[in-house]
Amino acid sequence: MKSNNYFIMQLTKLLTVSFLLFGLYGRSLAQDTTNLMGQLEKEAQENKTVFATSTFKYTRIVDGHSVENLPAHVLDVRISHRFGPLNSGAYNFFGLDIHPVNVRIGFDYGISNNLMVGVGHSGAQKTYDVFSKIKILSQSSGAVNMPFTVSFVPTLAINTLRPQDFIVKLDSGVKVNRISYVFQLLIARKFSEGFSLQIMPTFIHPDNISFDNKINDRGVFAVGIGARQKISKRMSVNVEYYYQLPGTKETPNARNVLSVGIDIGTGGHVFQLHFTNSNGLTEKSFIAENTGQWKKGDEVFGFNISRVFQLKKKHS
Amino acid sequence: MPIRKIILFLVILMAANSQTKGQIYFTKNGSISFFSKTILQNIQADNNEVISILNLQTGSLQFSLLNAAFHFPKAKMEEDFNEDYIESNKYPRSTFKGSIANINKIDFSKDGTWQVNATGDLMIHGVTKNITTSGKIIINNGKISATSSFKILLEDYHIKIPSIVSNKISENIEITINCNYEKK
Repeated sequence: MKSNNYFIMQLTKLLTVSFLLFGLYGRSLAQDTTNLMGQLEKEAQENKTVFATSTFKYTRIVDGHSVENLPAHVLDVRISHRFGPLNSGAYNFFGLDIHPVNVRIGFDYGISNNLMVGVGHSGAQKTYDVFSKIKILSQSSGAVNMPFTVSFVPTLAINTLRPQDFIVKLDSGVKVNRISYVFQLLIARKFSEGFSLQIMPTFIHPDNISFDNKINDRGVFAVGIGARQKISKRMSVNVEYYYQLPGTKETPNARNVLSVGIDIGTGGHVFQLHFTNSNGLTEKSFIAENTGQWKKGDEVFGFNISRVFQLKKKHS
Repeated sequence: MPIRKIILFLVILMAANSQTKGQIYFTKNGSISFFSKTILQNIQADNNEVISILNLQTGSLQFSLLNAAFHFPKAKMEEDFNEDYIESNKYPRSTFKGSIANINKIDFSKDGTWQVNATGDLMIHGVTKNITTSGKIIINNGKISATSSFKILLEDYHIKIPSIVSNKISENIEITINCNYEKK
């Protein structure tokens, strides 16, 4: 009798302990799925390289290139327009009435996500240009950590003015050289969701008919700096400045270009509105062949309009 | 006596263990896609890196995905989705935490298809909403998979479509889930 009682008591104890443990185990099981989720998420993140996207909204900061490439198989039709200087007064509607304005029509195309090419024609000096942009490094975090995006941009421009329209009078015996080329390295970093910075070491070999370049026709070295600050989801303020190394300027009165603008994206279209002290629309003309000065009110109003078309779908 | 007690205790614990340990299933490459249908254009985006965990014992069900891993037919759409709509820098993940009701009625040892209801918290764009949706659990050759299809309103998750593109992006988005689970 006594032993029977004892057995029941022991069994009760045992069951209580078991149920308690079972309960604890069940609870830790729910904990397990949460922990497992955390672990899987972490694993996925560590194994994945996340590339910085939209360092700049667009392939140009204002006049010059940004590190952004067009994605593969995307065609971008862009029209860039520069009006006359603001200091031309109210009669000329602060430059909007002034002719000739400079207009560039361009077609850019993404061959791959890291290689784009473009052609364009600008009215000033009847210039045709062709460029390519090659992305060498992409800023990323995660499995691969890369602090910068680096691109290389070679540009070639041809001045097709008729000899009777030449701005520069060449000395007799000097051969006409219509071709200029520009090499740019773009080094950019997206510091935060809203702020990106870019530095552009640049070498320009000019032609000899576009600008008074008798003092130096060996080549211009310049360093550009560009920045983007987002001010809303679809708008950002962009600033761009190119500093020419003084000893290498084509002429001493060549001025450095400073441009300030805003980007407005509307899904498919991008509008860029800006003020700049150059009306040039190819690299060599706005970086090295500019005489406009902000302090004299020579800045012009300008805009770029871009429309992209996906020519081939990424996947069906 | 203590030895008998300990043995009995261990046996019970082991039984409890074996009953629950094999009940967690997961996947790291589940797929979730969404579909927006308007008169002007249809948009479908796919994500094939979805993490999901299913506990056969408790019915607990979780999903987690990186918004940036959705792929679109057009590059521009993908950029706009990440930058303007889902804001994947600010809200990198979308998640679901909930459970399947009456999971115990399912016999996981036999092939078959079971209609189930899942209830839980769906978090998209930083906004959490409690939802209930129906789906299927399919058991085929001992392999467990789950599918579901349901609709959400973008408005509910504070995703605004600007009027200029409102005839190209639907307010009503259809989400389709397809996960093949493996045993942990």
